[in-house]
Amino acid sequence: MDILYKVFIEPFVFMGEAPDLLIQTLWEGLVSGVLYALIALGFVLIFKASGVFNFAQGIMVVFAALTLVGLYEKGVPAFLALILAALTMLVLAVVVERVVLRPLVNQPDIILFMATFGLTYFLIGFGELIFGGNPKEMITEALFLPQGTTELDMLGGMVRFQHLDIAAAVIASIMIGLLAVFFSKTRIGRALRAVADSHKAALSVGISLNQIWVIVWFAAGLVALVAGIMWGARSGVSFSLQIIALKALPVLILGGFTSIPGAIIGGLIIGVGEKIGEFYWGPLVGGGVETWLAYVIALLFLLYRPQGLFGEKIIERI
Amino acid sequence: MSFRKLGLGLAAATMLAGMALPALAQDSVYVPLFTYRTGPFAGSGTHIADGMHDYLRMLNERDGGIGGVKLVLEECETGYDTKKGVECYESVKGKNPVVVNPWSTGITLPLIPRASVDKIPILSMAYGLSASARGDIFPWVFNPPATYWDGLSMIVKYIGEKEGGLDKLKGKKIGFLHLDAAFGKEPVPLLQEMAKDIGFEVALYPVAAQDMQNQGSQWLSARRDRPDYMIMWGWGSMNGAAVKEAVRSGYPMDKFYSVWWPGEDDARAGGAGAKGFKMLNWHAVGTNFPAIQDIQKHVIDKGLSKAQKDKVGELLYNRGIYNSLLIAEGIAQAQKVTGKKVVTGEDVRRGLENIKLDPARLKDLGLEGFTDQLVLSCSDHNGHRAAFMQEWDGTKWVKISNPIEPMTDRVRGQLEAAAKDYAEKNAGWPKRAEACDKAS
Amino acid sequence: MLYREAGQFKTNYIADSAIFPLRQDRIGLGLIIVAAYALAFIGNSFLLQAVMIPFLVFSLASIGLNILTGYTGLLSLGTGAFMGVGAYACYKLMTAFPEVNVIVWILLSGFFSAAIGALFGLPSLRIKGFYLAVATLAAQFFLQWCFIRIPWLVNYNVSGALDAPLRTLFGTPIMGPNATPQTRYLVVLTIVILLTWLASNLVHGRIGRMWIAIRDMDLAAELMGIRPLQTKLLAFAVSSYYCGVAGALLVFLWYGGAEYDVFNINQSFFILFMVIIGGLGSLIGSFFGAALIFILPIVLGIVLPAMLSPFGLSVGADVIEHLRFMIVGALIIFFLIVEPHGLARLWQIGKQKLLVWPFPY
Repeated sequence: MDILYKVFIEPFVFMGEAPDLLIQTLWEGLVSGVLYALIALGFVLIFKASGVFNFAQGIMVVFAALTLVGLYEKGVPAFLALILAALTMLVLAVVVERVVLRPLVNQPDIILFMATFGLTYFLIGFGELIFGGNPKEMITEALFLPQGTTELDMLGGMVRFQHLDIAAAVIASIMIGLLAVFFSKTRIGRALRAVADSHKAALSVGISLNQIWVIVWFAAGLVALVAGIMWGARSGVSFSLQIIALKALPVLILGGFTSIPGAIIGGLIIGVGEKIGEFYWGPLVGGGVETWLAYVIALLFLLYRPQGLFGEKIIERI
Repeated sequence: MSFRKLGLGLAAATMLAGMALPALAQDSVYVPLFTYRTGPFAGSGTHIADGMHDYLRMLNERDGGIGGVKLVLEECETGYDTKKGVECYESVKGKNPVVVNPWSTGITLPLIPRASVDKIPILSMAYGLSASARGDIFPWVFNPPATYWDGLSMIVKYIGEKEGGLDKLKGKKIGFLHLDAAFGKEPVPLLQEMAKDIGFEVALYPVAAQDMQNQGSQWLSARRDRPDYMIMWGWGSMNGAAVKEAVRSGYPMDKFYSVWWPGEDDARAGGAGAKGFKMLNWHAVGTNFPAIQDIQKHVIDKGLSKAQKDKVGELLYNRGIYNSLLIAEGIAQAQKVTGKKVVTGEDVRRGLENIKLDPARLKDLGLEGFTDQLVLSCSDHNGHRAAFMQEWDGTKWVKISNPIEPMTDRVRGQLEAAAKDYAEKNAGWPKRAEACDKAS
Repeated sequence: MLYREAGQFKTNYIADSAIFPLRQDRIGLGLIIVAAYALAFIGNSFLLQAVMIPFLVFSLASIGLNILTGYTGLLSLGTGAFMGVGAYACYKLMTAFPEVNVIVWILLSGFFSAAIGALFGLPSLRIKGFYLAVATLAAQFFLQWCFIRIPWLVNYNVSGALDAPLRTLFGTPIMGPNATPQTRYLVVLTIVILLTWLASNLVHGRIGRMWIAIRDMDLAAELMGIRPLQTKLLAFAVSSYYCGVAGALLVFLWYGGAEYDVFNINQSFFILFMVIIGGLGSLIGSFFGAALIFILPIVLGIVLPAMLSPFGLSVGADVIEHLRFMIVGALIIFFLIVEPHGLARLWQIGKQKLLVWPFPY
């Protein structure tokens, strides 16, 4: 019964005993959840508008951040580097649409998925060729990102809030809010939603698919840039960041591939879930459960709701 | 299946071309350098690769090689990936390399059994299989100057001394932050054994390779467990991220120790907060040595190197130099032992066993005071040399201790058991057939 | 002219439904098999050890994934982990029972990964498409974690790695450091040919048609009386069996020792590349895909420096590596655009052309 006690009682007792650590864990989970959500958002934007499962989102995050830092190191002022990095993402979007998406229109999903793998490989080689494989430091100060720490004494302990994390949460929220307004209020946003609903119907009312694709890839590129800045500020910009993007996948299936609120809620659930899991239950099996816990959480959700939390109900017909 | 044939034909044709390419002059020795300037570990690999290349290149430029024999240097990019590493090995094998340095524990493991068959010595400098320190069982593998077990025992010893004796560690808690792979897990049994004997507690914090840059949970757990000391066994971008996270979570940096792999970049990542971070090391940093100044003069200034000028003399660059120093010394000793000028892998194996880098020899090489002396022998392929502790003062590494000898009594047991275990499990592991040279 | 079917009459249904109805195909296949065996005696050790053995191993793994993804339409990203299960199972079996011949264990180890594969295939009944792909990532990461975390799997080796002990067949070492590339190659080749033959019979038979029916429309297949659960699980099991055997071959006959790391997520992607580039739902495509994805970078690594050097560009190994990545990425996109159905489709088109050559009217 000892094991049952350790699994079902002890973690909760500990949560009660050290509420400050619980809050800290929740906070860390929320912050990483927001960052996962940012990466997932890029996937969702593209999937919604073009049905492409864009595996290259991870490398786009790295590529955008590298461009920013690389330009800054060459002596370009920070704000200009930021604009140039955004422009680079625009160029990338145009090139991808022209070279990859347009010739592959109407192909099965898996082929487009595979094409984004090709894109990933290409960008890895290209990025390393230009910027070198060395990890770089994110230019936190030049971008006026706060760096300090606030320590709050509460609940008989101390909770630390990194200003950077707060900034990340705020910026991510603004970003999501802007996207929401963009989608619901602007003409392009309405066109995007029309495309997401039905390609054919959208085409028939005169919406240019090619243009829409460029726009969503560019939007995903911008999201990637923000995600790259935030992750980069946390842990440095290097090509291993690309692997973190895989963490966005359980977020996606949890939230549903097509839902922006899903990506956010999913990100938060995964972020908090894996931190709590690792912190309170991880030690029972030697730690490191974080690597797969997110997927298992997502899998369990899926068995219950195969279309994800917010996905559209799947109706199958013959 | 014309495609397959085509592929085969192509492969065969290009291979022939490939073999003809570095037209091996009669008076040269082929030294392949396995490097990884790409991939997630490139941050560490690039500087090491530069250091390795530049030292040997300097020998070529300044002295015309070693003992009058030019060195043919060729880099093979592994990306720290086992698959590519093995491919590299196969591609250099045919060109009579005198030594290979895999620069990855994952690549070293598959090569160890092949070394004795292909007659190519493996130099896995302070990484790879710790048990391969036993020359009588692994005649073809060298891992000087210390094993990971030695390293761990040195750190624990140092911590013990700071506390005022090893027995004062009783009741303390030591955290062990490690890469969740064979490399990071190797010291765990020794740590646990010491914990039992001395009476301290151990808390393990594994970091998965895909979460190297996402160490939030590990440091949260560290806040919960409040370890008195933290020891890190990390590699690549894991080191920098760990220093950052340690600063973020407010862990006292002067209680944070690492094995010998972090570089300046990793410590710099933590900003001002990283001050006090300590690590083991066994060679000097800086350029204040005649040999390194020769590198600057003959290689860097002539634009023959890929290294950034300001990185010359940094920790990992000098680590690369140390590696090449061993290669060069192995070749030089081989020439001395055999009397031949153009040596082969078998000769260099003997040469490496005869390495005797004492202060006088180091002075000859222009590296006086660069490192502690190293003597290898037929049975000892490691040296188990002492390393010192150095501290990050915010801008550079500062040596803060005298050389710390490893706790040989503890380490030896592990080593013997592991070597025996390896030989037993690999049924048919060959008995050492290579004769020992008389100590020269 | 040489390649035509005129005059080859079928007199019964069995002959008509043969896998290779054309005599030329049968002769060609025979020649290729003979050539493959002959290669063992004429190829040098680099060709055998660094090109052919891994090529065959990856072909086998691609066949495994192709059964699942190409024939049954279930996208999986857990191939690497299933290969790992085979390798670890094989290690445990052959060290626990060293007296039994290792080939038996290699072939049996696949059943362990089949069982694990079927277990992780269970969600496939409810989850489809990319959702399933991500679900299989759970298998990938969970199993990988198990490989690191359970020292029992490597017999408590201090190095935490698998190593290949000496094993013999008819007195000749086939595993371990003393096995020559030649014998290893012959063993791998024989196993791969046998298993490919088996797979070809499976996919052309009743089971294969069930898989294809599920792939094309699982609801319709269900209405026709095909049980989706059993069929999908069978696909997972058979697929994982192939991957498992490939994993065991990979570690013990190619690397000769490896860490858990070789079964990481990149390995899964690598095999998926091969399947898609080679052609979904085609056995021969698996071989083409493996050839292109595995051998092409090796060739590039050798050719690129030679191509660049005449222009006075001597570039470092790292730049070559970057170019390699870029070229492979660009070629993947290129091949997808030119022929989304993979190299196997090109092969078919080529054969069609050859049938009417030299009079295409």
